[in-house]
Amino acid sequence: MNALDLEPFLLSFKLAGMTTLILFIIAMPVSWWLSQTRCRCKPFVEAVTSLPIVLPPSVLGFYILFALSQNSPIGIFFEETFGMKLVFNFTGLVIASCFYSFPFMVQPLQGGFETLNKNMLEASYIAGKSRFETLLRVALPNIKPALMTALIVTFAHTVGEFGVVLMVGGSIPGETKVASVAIYEFVEVMDYSQAHIYSVIMLVLSFSVLFGVYLFNQHHNRRIGVS
Amino acid sequence: MININIQKQLQGSSGAMELNVDLHIKEHSFVALAGQSGSGKTTLLRILAGLEKAAGVIDVSGVLWQDEKKSVVPQKRNIGFVFQDYALFANMSVEQNLLYVNKDRELAKHLLMLTELSELKDRLPNTLSGGQKQRVSLCRALMNRPKLLLMDEPLSALDPGMRTKLQHDILMLHKEFGTTTIMVSHDPSEIYRLADRVIMLEQGRVIQEGTSKEVLLHTRGSQKFSLTGELLDIIKADVIYIAVVAIGQQIVEVVLDEAEASSFKIGQRVQVNTKAFAPSLSH
Repeated sequence: MNALDLEPFLLSFKLAGMTTLILFIIAMPVSWWLSQTRCRCKPFVEAVTSLPIVLPPSVLGFYILFALSQNSPIGIFFEETFGMKLVFNFTGLVIASCFYSFPFMVQPLQGGFETLNKNMLEASYIAGKSRFETLLRVALPNIKPALMTALIVTFAHTVGEFGVVLMVGGSIPGETKVASVAIYEFVEVMDYSQAHIYSVIMLVLSFSVLFGVYLFNQHHNRRIGVS
Repeated sequence: MININIQKQLQGSSGAMELNVDLHIKEHSFVALAGQSGSGKTTLLRILAGLEKAAGVIDVSGVLWQDEKKSVVPQKRNIGFVFQDYALFANMSVEQNLLYVNKDRELAKHLLMLTELSELKDRLPNTLSGGQKQRVSLCRALMNRPKLLLMDEPLSALDPGMRTKLQHDILMLHKEFGTTTIMVSHDPSEIYRLADRVIMLEQGRVIQEGTSKEVLLHTRGSQKFSLTGELLDIIKADVIYIAVVAIGQQIVEVVLDEAEASSFKIGQRVQVNTKAFAPSLSH
């Protein structure tokens, strides 16, 4: 048996970390807006942001590939302006993951914001604070369990993604060959022992992450007196 | 002078109605907004705070808060607002709740001392009792030394003993800070104790305005006694009828004849008057 190659795992975690960070910044204003708005277009925006949950990853991957490839306007623009390729490399994976995991960041945050006492937010406005300051100093600190869920589920979901990654990134060692793709390749060449090891690691990590989130939420709810 | 002339279409529990009020409130006065639920009291308060939109003009001592062209945002109105459900910032301690509004530590200390909360200043809101929470909320509302203090049924969730204590605190702070205070309240004893003026709303319109004595005391002419209550039941006893009326927390019986009995409906608001004897108080 070969020594365990940790690179796919490191790549998975690097991808998940970057995706989580980027999505946190992008999804926060979107989820805040969705939680506060009375706009008629809200169901439309909600449907669009939730699409990645129901679309087959291959469909999502195909469209992303189509939109970012070297022949597409976006692809040509990035190639000519920044000399950057957007598919079959790590950058492409990050972009694709951001689309794929977007609802997993938006939905818990939106749910958290919606449970906030509206009077508490209004008390902050009356105290002279802007919407942005209210978001940072009142809204976010009061939805810690939802925030925790959003960050960790986004991270875990990105680590677990397979279809989109394979479509947009392929399987380039050290560049786009993440853990889930590595497992697929082991199975393909019938190297079941390696596939087992990788799969067990993924299983244990995923369980630990989820267990940790639920443990945190239970502890937090007890502390602030919610049963 | 605070001049309020606003109109807004509301969807009340009994269909659509128009909130249409024209009020002139003296500075530094204490005004109670009374009326049945759904009469538009809370909406009026929220419009004053800038939390809801309405047509019309609000002019506070020469500063225009709202007219046809503009509406000043709640952030810039210099108001204090006390919510019925306290609405404290759950992530901040008592003292931080106050300092969030304004970093004036001396003022925060002073307010907490006046309301006997100094020892609780590091506690989180969810560890406080209802009365303590409402005192924090009151202090927080005064941290930016508001011109106008708005209170939406601030004491309705508290027990009677705590209400009396807080009524005292409210009056003390109203005087110390020289605010103009507008408070929504259902409780006649509270209104009588605190307010200089009472504005009674019904279906979005002002139906009565005056001093608390004028509005709350119903005795007219030679009547010595007049109480308002809800007619709970009419019981036939031989040839007479007995009306059972709930007045405040008390139930009383009044004798009626057949013609009177048939003219009342159960559930109606009724007035119980008497002038046959001089009422006296005893311990």
